[in-house]
Amino acid sequence: MSHTQFQSAEQRSRRLALGYLACCAALPFSMFPSSVQAAATKRVVSVGGALTEIVFMLEAGNALVGVDSTSIYPSKATAFPNVGYARQLSAEGVLSLRPSHVLVTEEAGPPAVLRQIAAAGARITTLPANHRYVGLRQRVLGVGRVLERSDTAQVMLEQLDATWEQVRQQVAAQTTHSLARPVRVLFVLAHSPAQVLVAGAFTAAQAMLSYAGAFNAVQGFKGYKPLTPEGLIAAQPDCLLVTEQGLQAAGGLEAILQLPGLDQTPAGRSQAVVAMDALRLLGFGPRMPEAVLALHQALQAV
Amino acid sequence: MSRLGAVLRAQPNWWLGASLMLALALAVQVGAVPVSIADWFAMLKLVEWSALGDLTQTPSAGSHVLFHLRLPRLLLSVLVGASLGLSGALTQSLFRNPLAEPGLLGVSAGAACAAALTIVMLGDLAAVIHPQARAWLLPLAAFIGALVVCFSLESMARWIAPGSVAALLLTGIAMNALAGAVIGLCTYLADDEQLRSLSFWTLGSLAGAQWLWVGLFAGVLATGYYRLTRSIQTLNALALGEAAARHIGVDVHALRKQIIVWVALLAGLAVAFCGMISFVGLIAPHLVRLWVGPDQRQVLPLAMLLGGLLLLVADTLARTVAVPAEIPVGIFTALVGGPFFFLLVRQVRGRTT
Repeated sequence: MSHTQFQSAEQRSRRLALGYLACCAALPFSMFPSSVQAAATKRVVSVGGALTEIVFMLEAGNALVGVDSTSIYPSKATAFPNVGYARQLSAEGVLSLRPSHVLVTEEAGPPAVLRQIAAAGARITTLPANHRYVGLRQRVLGVGRVLERSDTAQVMLEQLDATWEQVRQQVAAQTTHSLARPVRVLFVLAHSPAQVLVAGAFTAAQAMLSYAGAFNAVQGFKGYKPLTPEGLIAAQPDCLLVTEQGLQAAGGLEAILQLPGLDQTPAGRSQAVVAMDALRLLGFGPRMPEAVLALHQALQAV
Repeated sequence: MSRLGAVLRAQPNWWLGASLMLALALAVQVGAVPVSIADWFAMLKLVEWSALGDLTQTPSAGSHVLFHLRLPRLLLSVLVGASLGLSGALTQSLFRNPLAEPGLLGVSAGAACAAALTIVMLGDLAAVIHPQARAWLLPLAAFIGALVVCFSLESMARWIAPGSVAALLLTGIAMNALAGAVIGLCTYLADDEQLRSLSFWTLGSLAGAQWLWVGLFAGVLATGYYRLTRSIQTLNALALGEAAARHIGVDVHALRKQIIVWVALLAGLAVAFCGMISFVGLIAPHLVRLWVGPDQRQVLPLAMLLGGLLLLVADTLARTVAVPAEIPVGIFTALVGGPFFFLLVRQVRGRTT
């Protein structure tokens, strides 16, 4: 977005132009024209892939002036100035975008930098970062409130709720009907054969697995921990779950299947590996319900 | 080249001081937020209002950035760099080894280790403590960690082999390994959120700079320098070796204790507020010694100036290269210091052979 690089002398005309652009862009899509102008006068920095997705879902992308490095969807989000990694923000960097509002999740930091940004007059809204559907609802409502698009957010939420209900029913139906035990799945981050991390409790991956009616093959620890070949054999996963980005970094499907010990598990013998886009699978943004469904279907097919 | 060298060697204080001032003047003008002359005048107004106790008004965005973000950060980087340079120079003179630095003694690792333990073990406790106090909990823990390492170094080294600097050095290396193991264990036990705080201590950052910290560092550094200048001659005597120093009447034991306490204070505070910033403590005094020779009367102040300059340049790069994002400062301390170091070593080689 080249319009963010104008000099301060041109602020006025720029704001007008922005407002005009915003109206043009948003009017055809919005059911609430009165809130469009309010959103256009805001300058929002969105820190968090899920939050940026919600901003675009609410058709308020024109209020954005900056995003963080996890905001990679939709692809037009990547055109905005990037304030870097959400956990290593720079106060001056964020302030240089002259934001009126900064949207963050609880994961953003460091806290001192957030305090500095708030002290400079930008309003910081912190939204929950949990891995639950309720959290997604709170994020949608929170972003809607900040952008003064609560009505649109409410409409989106009803759609999300409807989709979610369908997904839940579908997952419930298939898991209760099938007589077999739930699929044992291992979520693997293997950037090199020497360092294989798997997801335990309180991770986005485990939350997605349980929503999709699957069973995390490793239990008894929190977060991501290294896995030994023996641990892998003991876990006996029916299927491996990876992110597409992780798969690429590891060197493709072949490399994943070469993991020591994997050939001693059902997943290795049947070469069952499911790969999904990282932000879609683990981002807990607005695509989460359909991602649960896609994951469920992919795991059923294994 | 040799003429330039002669000019540089004639007035090193002046050259370094001028470079530091120039770097400060340049650094204060660059950054993500552009500042104008008007912002400077607005800042004066802001200072006046702050002095009157009115913190609610802000004349302009640029002045806010200048006064609350950029100036404290620039000054803190100079002060922390100077602290690291001074503690590095002290360590090197104590061990009579140009490759020694507080990191080698395990002081930095001890501080980071205490911080890591606090993050992981006291996570629940921190929620109970008043938020205002919580901000000080980690720096305090890091500082205590540095002090504990320093004092146990003293007593352990005396227990292993009394009076031997080699024993102290070896104890330091063992301390480092121990602290490293504890940090590793903490990293393993930490959950995602704790891991995030941990990474701050290992990467190092000046992003949280406040005026309060600037004042604290200035006070400690000034006191430390004042105290040490009084024993600077004995530091020179120490360069002859411990036995020789003792023979000419230096109380080596007391001197060693004094140096260790100040190294802990300077390096520990730096880690406590800014995390582990590598290379400055090693490179600043080493460069200075290559430049002006081993006389501590010159090495100590120059190492402070050069340390401050190095960290200022590194931090300015860190906050401006990837605008509006930021790059960890440790990357630049090595990037700035490394090539400079090579050049100087090369020049010295050329001179002696």
